[in-house]
Amino acid sequence: MQNQHTMRSFDDELNYLSDQIAAMGGYAERMVAEAVSALVQSDVGLARKVVEDDVFLDTKEREIGERAVIIIGKRQPVADDLREIVGAIRISSDLERIGDLGKNIAKRVVAVTEGKQPVRLFRGLEALAGLALTQLKEVLDVYASRSVERIGFVRDRDEEIDAMYTSLFRELLTYMMEDPRNITACTHLLFCAKNIERIGDHATNIAETVHHIVTGRQLPLERPKEDQSHKVVADPEA
Amino acid sequence: MLRRLAWPFALLVRAFEGFLQGNNATAQSDKPPVVRGDINTLPAVYLAAAVLDPLYIFDSAGSILYSNEAADLAFGPVTKSASLRLKFRAPEMHELVSRVISGEEESTAINYAERVPVERAYRVVASRIGNDTGLYVLMFKDQSEARRIDRMRADFIANASHELRTPLASVAGFIETLRGPARDDPKARENFLQIMQNQTQRMARLIDDLLSLSRLEMKPYQKPNAQLDVVVLVKGVIESMRHIAKENGVEIVSELDDTPRLIAGHSDELVQVFENLLENACKYGSSGKRVVLSVEQASPMEEVRVTVRDFGPGIPEEHIPRITERFYRVDVETSRTQKGTGLGLSIVKHILTRHDARLSIKSASGKGASFVVHFPPVPPSAGSGGYV
Repeated sequence: MQNQHTMRSFDDELNYLSDQIAAMGGYAERMVAEAVSALVQSDVGLARKVVEDDVFLDTKEREIGERAVIIIGKRQPVADDLREIVGAIRISSDLERIGDLGKNIAKRVVAVTEGKQPVRLFRGLEALAGLALTQLKEVLDVYASRSVERIGFVRDRDEEIDAMYTSLFRELLTYMMEDPRNITACTHLLFCAKNIERIGDHATNIAETVHHIVTGRQLPLERPKEDQSHKVVADPEA
Repeated sequence: MLRRLAWPFALLVRAFEGFLQGNNATAQSDKPPVVRGDINTLPAVYLAAAVLDPLYIFDSAGSILYSNEAADLAFGPVTKSASLRLKFRAPEMHELVSRVISGEEESTAINYAERVPVERAYRVVASRIGNDTGLYVLMFKDQSEARRIDRMRADFIANASHELRTPLASVAGFIETLRGPARDDPKARENFLQIMQNQTQRMARLIDDLLSLSRLEMKPYQKPNAQLDVVVLVKGVIESMRHIAKENGVEIVSELDDTPRLIAGHSDELVQVFENLLENACKYGSSGKRVVLSVEQASPMEEVRVTVRDFGPGIPEEHIPRITERFYRVDVETSRTQKGTGLGLSIVKHILTRHDARLSIKSASGKGASFVVHFPPVPPSAGSGGYV
């Protein structure tokens, strides 16, 4: 992936870092997917497993941070090597946050599934999670293959996630107005939806970091913001 | 299942040992070691290339040294000596690779599933090749079909039973009324029978759409590699949809030119996509009196966009992100009167995902709606070769 260094061991260290990022990425992807399926299928056991998995991401993030500091100290890297290492630190912290958000969804499973919930409540959430997971997989694939030309698509998808989140917000609000008994479940689902939307944001962050690692340039700052949920109000006439 | 995997696998491993011995010979003689009809000199890469399941060969650092065509098709091409751990990030995959490299186990298998963009499931075997080659092989066996059947069953129970119950309940209710209070009322009887007929037709359509959707889901996932000209395809669809446009009092305006726009795709599936989009535009946008179709591509390296635009009431903003979900309806009443099943756009989206394409929708209330299908550009290397 990188050009070869005179010191083979430096290459090994860099490869070790990216393999660790891959491991974290794999865990994060699985946690999010399992948290959502635990929620949809009311699987409390699976939810508990997701909560336990989070420790892995926490320890790995620290490990990557420490390794990175050692490498910087020992090798005094410059240019793309330095970006690679600093990028690894940033990506690992985004992945760790994604893990936290997945864990938070898993923790809500018990509360949501207490009463039997109708399927329609989950349909939107599943679709939203599908988008966020695709987004996460794509950015990690871009990190693996360094094919930065795909990053544009990744950012576009973030827009889609935001729009879907806004729509889901409205829908859940409607259910709550229809029947106050829905409020507990729907409030938890709202938080879950927010978590998933945040996962999409972290994925976009990773995409930006990868772009910086590969090209040495930052992506332009402005990016479309579609999250309109702060403007959504309960309108009894609607 | 493991046993089924085992024999071609053993053959492969044996061939690999042969390959390595043969390789030493090349260094000395410079001649290809292949002897016609001789199994002992058969290079393993030839054999690996002939395997129809995805297969990777990697070294003890976890770098991919070889991927066969099936692997490139299923998981995308890899650059030389790319890290296997980066390519397959799932925790169970990392464990599998580490176990084999560390020598803990000579050969071991796991189940591996991908959820997005299309659900796929594999039985994966990793194995050491020979005793001192320092090489390992990773082989995938597609199990998606079994998984899909399970999932379909669950989906069918969740979705279909719910959707079918409403018309069924109404039919049952009318039968009861016809046997009871309305027994001797010919006018009411005629009326009720008409409603019952509508409801049964609705159920029939629903089942058709569900079957069409599950047929799609059942098909093994394979990226289309045939190329076709989307302009010709869309023109064909327009012709076949004229009668529906006429029924709805809509004129189809074609802004297509004759420049061929090549995309990779299955023509039958794409016809279904554009038929669905065009039918929707005619039905739900009939008040706009016209539907405009256009195809554009800025340059051969960029995506091909096909737009179906209507000038009807449009779709309220909050519904746009959701309308491709199954059974999601913007307006239940309109959908029922237009004989919609709530599955049309799901089918569209499903087909497009399989084509690596996407659907974007732009609309504002009162201003009509545009459904835009974005196809990725056809890689130039594959260029017009397959196109006739």
